Amino acid sequence: MTTLPLVSHLTPDSIIAWRNRDGDAVTLHQFLADVNQLVSLFPAGSHMLNMCSDRYHFSVGLAAAIVANKVSLLPSTHTPEVIRQIKAFAPDVFCLTDNENCNVDLPQLAFPLAQKNDTSLFAIPQINREQCVAIVFTSGSTGHPKPHPKTWAALVSSIQAQALRIGLQHHAGTTLISTVPPQHMYGLESSVLIAWFTGNALCDAQPFYPADVCQTLSAVPSPRVLVSSPVHLRTLLDADLIIPKVDQILSATAPLTIELAQKVESHCDAPLFEIYGSTETGLIATRRSSQTDKWQLLPEIHLIAKDEKVYAMGGHINTLTIMNDVFDAITKTDFLLRGRVDDMINIAGRRHSLASLNHILNSIPGVIDGAFYMPDENDNSSTTTRLSACVVAPELNATQLLSMLRDFIAPVFLPRPLLFIDKLPRNETGKLSRASLHDLFHSPHLGKSNE
Amino acid sequence: MHNDQKTTDTTSSSTSTEELQREVAELMVECLNLEVAADQILADDPLYEDGLGLDSIDVLEVALVVSKRYGLQLRDDNVDNQHIFSSLRNLSDYIASKRTL
Repeated sequence: MTTLPLVSHLTPDSIIAWRNRDGDAVTLHQFLADVNQLVSLFPAGSHMLNMCSDRYHFSVGLAAAIVANKVSLLPSTHTPEVIRQIKAFAPDVFCLTDNENCNVDLPQLAFPLAQKNDTSLFAIPQINREQCVAIVFTSGSTGHPKPHPKTWAALVSSIQAQALRIGLQHHAGTTLISTVPPQHMYGLESSVLIAWFTGNALCDAQPFYPADVCQTLSAVPSPRVLVSSPVHLRTLLDADLIIPKVDQILSATAPLTIELAQKVESHCDAPLFEIYGSTETGLIATRRSSQTDKWQLLPEIHLIAKDEKVYAMGGHINTLTIMNDVFDAITKTDFLLRGRVDDMINIAGRRHSLASLNHILNSIPGVIDGAFYMPDENDNSSTTTRLSACVVAPELNATQLLSMLRDFIAPVFLPRPLLFIDKLPRNETGKLSRASLHDLFHSPHLGKSNE
Repeated sequence: MHNDQKTTDTTSSSTSTEELQREVAELMVECLNLEVAADQILADDPLYEDGLGLDSIDVLEVALVVSKRYGLQLRDDNVDNQHIFSSLRNLSDYIASKRTL
């Protein structure tokens, strides 16, 4: 049985995290003591939903689960319906939380209070390469989350390839500060695991407002890597604040425009790398967005076009994995992206299948017929493009319907506007064309939003 | 939008509570392309979830507009972000207490 170490840090006093609130460094020794303490508190269940919002707590939870051979479950959202589905998927699941008011309907384990430095022997756990350490879920097209298991070796190898590509040096005392949560693939890989596997440090905070981002950056030592998304980077620049020195910026979740990439680079005087990947594959390509629109594949990873679909294979990807974007100019080393396949929508980095959203909408009691519509994204608009929906639901008003939808889907997918109409513009075969929906939402008098 | 009320004092920092609430509601409607009219957003209606239905991306957008209009920076520490954005009244009160413009 071959193994790989839990973290690449070398000595007990290597810094593995920074606590933003109190400015303290967390050493590897302290981290491992916190991990061991948490392992000793774990219930019997072999699946864990890690909802810790403090990134350090999240990382301790993840490490403890790995050491205890438990699988971390990472659904794309935590709506009541998704929690029910997670419970059906893994009946023994428990929830690790650092929020006193956590109301998730699962057995809960509260993240324990920090303990004093312990004097236990120092040993970095070795993890079986083939151990399934996490299962990440996509929304699926039928309304049921689809599981994507991640082995330890796959995560380690893809992140090491990423670190090499972006020139992140090992054991360089670098701190990774992230505006995105660690509970999805990008945040997991680029704000937590990359720190572990390069012997660098993560920052526990998830700064939200531009002023918080600046404060968090200034509270940790250089070199600093800012791990973010187009929405956060745009608002950070627009705020006209003095941004503390950053040495590198990562962005993912949605494509950056070349203009924004150039603005970010010149404002921060640091290179910006975009990361491309999916929940199914993890990261597979990067690009220096200010200079090229071509994505460079990580070494050993190939895209294979077959029957008008594109699959990823090689490197950390063991089976042909279908990609939900539209590709162009695929070569052995690079490719262009031409948007997403029609069924897949992406709002501020959150992906959902349109078919699945329609399925959910039509399963709401009182909805006779209904459809979501994703307007074309307007590149010139600074605001985020939102979904619209139209429904035939004479017994419901907007408040009731939205409240029920909220049980099933993340807020970012809630329709805006939501039109109540007498009949959907279906053709004689019952098909609803995108053009007819477009017309519907652009004619001012057809619908009314039930208030 | 037409405000017939004549105000003798035109400096924005002395805006009354109601005027500021109206102003902030208009900023939100404009910045988020909301379907509702500004005067339909009541002072104590929740802005999140079951009320106006804002989410964190909206909050970032509104925060940016508010920071420019009133010369303040919203911060997530010390104060409860959910509280500031819990209602138009709380957001307006927060702005009134921090504004420099």
